[in-house]
Amino acid sequence: MSREDYEVVIGLEVHAELSTKTKIFCSCPTEFGGEPNTHCCPICMAMPGTLPVLNEKVVEYAVKAGLATNCEISRDSKNDRKNYFYPDLPKAYQISQFDKPLCEKGYIEIETEEGTKKIRLTRIHIEEDAGKLNHDEYGRGSLVDLNRAGVPLIEIVSEPDLRSANETEIYLRKLKSILEYIEVSDCKMQEGSLRADVNVSVRKKGAKEFGTRTEMKNMNSFRSIVRAIEYEVERQIDIIEDGGKIEQETLRWDDVSGKTFTMRDKEDAQDYRYFPDPDLVAIRLSDEYIENIRKALPELPESRRIRYLEEYKLTEKEARILTSSKYLSDLFEEATKISNNPKAVVNWILSDISKTLNEKELEPDQIPFTAENLAELIALIEKGTISNTIGKKVLAELFENPKSPSKIIEENGWVQISDESAIKEVVLKVLSENEQSVADYKAGKEKALGFLVGQAMKQTKGKANPQMLNKMFIEELKK
Amino acid sequence: MKVSKEEIRHIAKLANLKLKEEEEDTYILHLQDILNYANIVNNANVDDLEEAIGVQDKYNVFRKDEIINFEDRESLLQNAPDKENGMFKIPKVL
Amino acid sequence: MNITELTVHELKEKLDKKELTSQEITKAYIDRINEKEKDVDAFITLTTEEAMKQAKEIDEKRAKGEKVSSYAGIPIGIKDNMCTKGVKTTCASKMLENFISPYNATVVEKLNNEEIISLGKLNMDEFAMGGSTEYSYFKKTKNPWNLNKVPGGSSGGSAAAVAAELVPFALGSDTGGSIRQPAAFCGVVGLKPTYGLVSRYGLVAFASSLDQIGPITKDVEDSAILLNMIAGHDSKDTTSQEIERKDYTKALKNDVKGLKIGIPKEYFGEGINKEVKEKIFEAVEKYKELGAIVEECSIDVADYALATYYIIACAEASSNLGRFDGIRYGYRTKEFENLKDIYRNSRSEGFGQEVKRRIILGTYVLSSGYYDAYYKKAQKVRTLVKKQFADAFKKYDVILTPTAPTVAFNLGERSNNPLEMYLADICTVPVNIAGLPGISIPISVDKQGMPIGLQLIGNYFEEEKLLNAAYTLEQAIKFRENYKPEFKK
Repeated sequence: MSREDYEVVIGLEVHAELSTKTKIFCSCPTEFGGEPNTHCCPICMAMPGTLPVLNEKVVEYAVKAGLATNCEISRDSKNDRKNYFYPDLPKAYQISQFDKPLCEKGYIEIETEEGTKKIRLTRIHIEEDAGKLNHDEYGRGSLVDLNRAGVPLIEIVSEPDLRSANETEIYLRKLKSILEYIEVSDCKMQEGSLRADVNVSVRKKGAKEFGTRTEMKNMNSFRSIVRAIEYEVERQIDIIEDGGKIEQETLRWDDVSGKTFTMRDKEDAQDYRYFPDPDLVAIRLSDEYIENIRKALPELPESRRIRYLEEYKLTEKEARILTSSKYLSDLFEEATKISNNPKAVVNWILSDISKTLNEKELEPDQIPFTAENLAELIALIEKGTISNTIGKKVLAELFENPKSPSKIIEENGWVQISDESAIKEVVLKVLSENEQSVADYKAGKEKALGFLVGQAMKQTKGKANPQMLNKMFIEELKK
Repeated sequence: MKVSKEEIRHIAKLANLKLKEEEEDTYILHLQDILNYANIVNNANVDDLEEAIGVQDKYNVFRKDEIINFEDRESLLQNAPDKENGMFKIPKVL
Repeated sequence: MNITELTVHELKEKLDKKELTSQEITKAYIDRINEKEKDVDAFITLTTEEAMKQAKEIDEKRAKGEKVSSYAGIPIGIKDNMCTKGVKTTCASKMLENFISPYNATVVEKLNNEEIISLGKLNMDEFAMGGSTEYSYFKKTKNPWNLNKVPGGSSGGSAAAVAAELVPFALGSDTGGSIRQPAAFCGVVGLKPTYGLVSRYGLVAFASSLDQIGPITKDVEDSAILLNMIAGHDSKDTTSQEIERKDYTKALKNDVKGLKIGIPKEYFGEGINKEVKEKIFEAVEKYKELGAIVEECSIDVADYALATYYIIACAEASSNLGRFDGIRYGYRTKEFENLKDIYRNSRSEGFGQEVKRRIILGTYVLSSGYYDAYYKKAQKVRTLVKKQFADAFKKYDVILTPTAPTVAFNLGERSNNPLEMYLADICTVPVNIAGLPGISIPISVDKQGMPIGLQLIGNYFEEEKLLNAAYTLEQAIKFRENYKPEFKK
């Protein structure tokens, strides 16, 4: 059988760190980084005798996420202990939710080549993050840093509704943008604040039963998720084609070798011994509480997309790409508010900015400059202070060393030459140096004009006003 | 209630305890004894009753999302059996 | 005047009248410790030097006319499972032999605010698991009434220290009887408050849904005084209740006329020693004379409660004690090559037999395949126990039982049979399962001269009623005036 005879089945468990100020069960800051073990207190270090107290924002944010993903919000919920030993888990149990998660039975819609598809969510629950293991200088030992221990997470579990790596990426991007829109997580994948456990299985097309799945834990870039799924699908199909059986196991994706590896030895079969945490009282949410959160939900990507079509007359495609990321969408709205030129803003974002992000492998949240910077850049071009060509150079500079565009052009001497006599000087010089082109033009080859203008631009390092150049060349050539 | 050697070993492993051979035997006996007694909970007629998480009917005790820094970092590390660069040191974990 | 014989309320009077200074009181207790501690072995850590320093400061404040708290300068002893910043908190375990907490337990903070002076940390069964204090890693505490007998447990150090007058009063903790049973064995007063009345923050957890801190004192008035100091809502403990602040000493009316007392017949079965029963019934007669209305009643879930107790307590303990892994604090094995060795060897070498036994039992009942049969079932039985008590309190103000089936037993007598040991908790455990308050007061001694305790159980947050009932009986019986520990060898 061939690759096309198999169907791929993927389910995701996405962990998003919530952007609360403090940890889930103590008042330590959640801020990323910091000297090791400085964002810690007796509680998140699991000192004997300490007790957890639940952060109210964590419940609120989880409910927000549930509402934004069409979940049913549980009126009765509780916290459970998941018991296992690991050095990054100081209590030897993670406070999570087992049989009564805060949100259940949701879905989100994704746009695929075959149209809109509903991806069902099993549940969203709250839990605490673990600490981090570092390695010591000599590679002999590991060092435990608990700054991240107790940072609040939501875990978003999808049904096995995804059918390809591509769909998975679209789903994840959509989920990420929703979480960004409702401002419950900054979703910075490079900082690990959004990561996914990916469950993959394959089955013959038409089969009723799912195949045995493998799980790849803690994936935190779109690129590796896509690569890992593609690799794992091939691996599983190869095994089945060779008459083998897939083992249900946890795998580790290695980005360097581009392969998956078995993570745990099987004799360590886990039994987490979940039970309700007796240190925490139950959660009971009223209809009023839930409704208040629903009312306060910010505008979601769907409705922004529709609004962009009408309000800014964007094309469907433009609106969709912009709203796929809250950061792009916010950049667009803020820059438009200042510059009053939505077309120019959308062009910059969808062409040069997107291109640079791709080249640099950055996510929109890593754009280093502000909407004011972009708006100013557009205004400078409109006013003719700089040319479009210089504009691109300014943008490149904004990515490297963000500051006010006017400062950038001033420092680099990029101000456009619009002085008639200066332009005339260049035009005459170019004409005298390119007699063949002049002859070509006069013989009816219009293209030669472009070449001449290009030469003039080169000589002025792109600073000459292109309209004036054009006009003056034509005038001179007519003589 | 019979508890097997494999079971006690599995349980010890989950609990991260290392039992000597003779300890295994004693614990099996004690565990069986206590479980046999504890089995009387299965005689209680509790079909219509809810499980009690604790003894209280309490809900929604939350904290405000406000930072309080714990200043005395030294005291958090002072009991560590082994530490390096302000972190707890353990044998290498892959 | 023999200072160490005085109760806390008597000491306060003398301080107020300037007949005594804090230094005189503290010094008297230190002298007494120097004399008797070698026989009793109640302390794990002594902080006498620091105590004298504090006593001096408080005396100076008093002399200068500065404002001090009502009971400022009176010493106390603290069970060694409550965290004290700067002083070792060992839980009587090798695991925490050198552990110094980075923070104070809420109760310790409260005592500091009251300017109460700690004389040291008191012995207990390791991690509060046991009923004789024989499971301490460090030492076996002896019963001051007879040094060959156990003081009870797990707060055996606290009860023995109060009985031997090594401290005027002490804090204990009670998960299944660990305050009341040693109080009964040592002839002192032990109160387990309603679950949620006293903050558990900083109490090293044994079983979170059952643990509660309470006073061990010479008399009921002192119990009310210490409860005043430690009770109250704490935002660090979500199971702590927001209830109105009360002065429990005001509840001591020495009047039980019309008080309805229920006597559950199941608590007087064959497991209960005959002499204990007789003395309890004498006390019941006393209550009748005092005008209380006494009726026999039925609470037939005692067996279930005990089985439930061991399932729930061990399950919670198995999880609570996971944090002792030899990484951030506590004992770390010398024998290790990898992480697994650190975990297994540190825990196996650092925990004692009884602690390991309970971790194994708790892990077992939570493990997959057994959860429903044990833990889940036990949680339902817990609801049943609560219901039965709720029904009883519709009819009665308090419920009266023996505190323990027997008086204190000989050292070494029972420690090899865990089930037998567990069965001795049958009278006290249902109170924790239901989360109710219970108090043990000494009522008499048996033929060998060992004290017998009577337990009163109250409804939720009705400590006032409970204390008044206990106080009134105490005033009528005058146990302290009739009996004294003799340090029999």
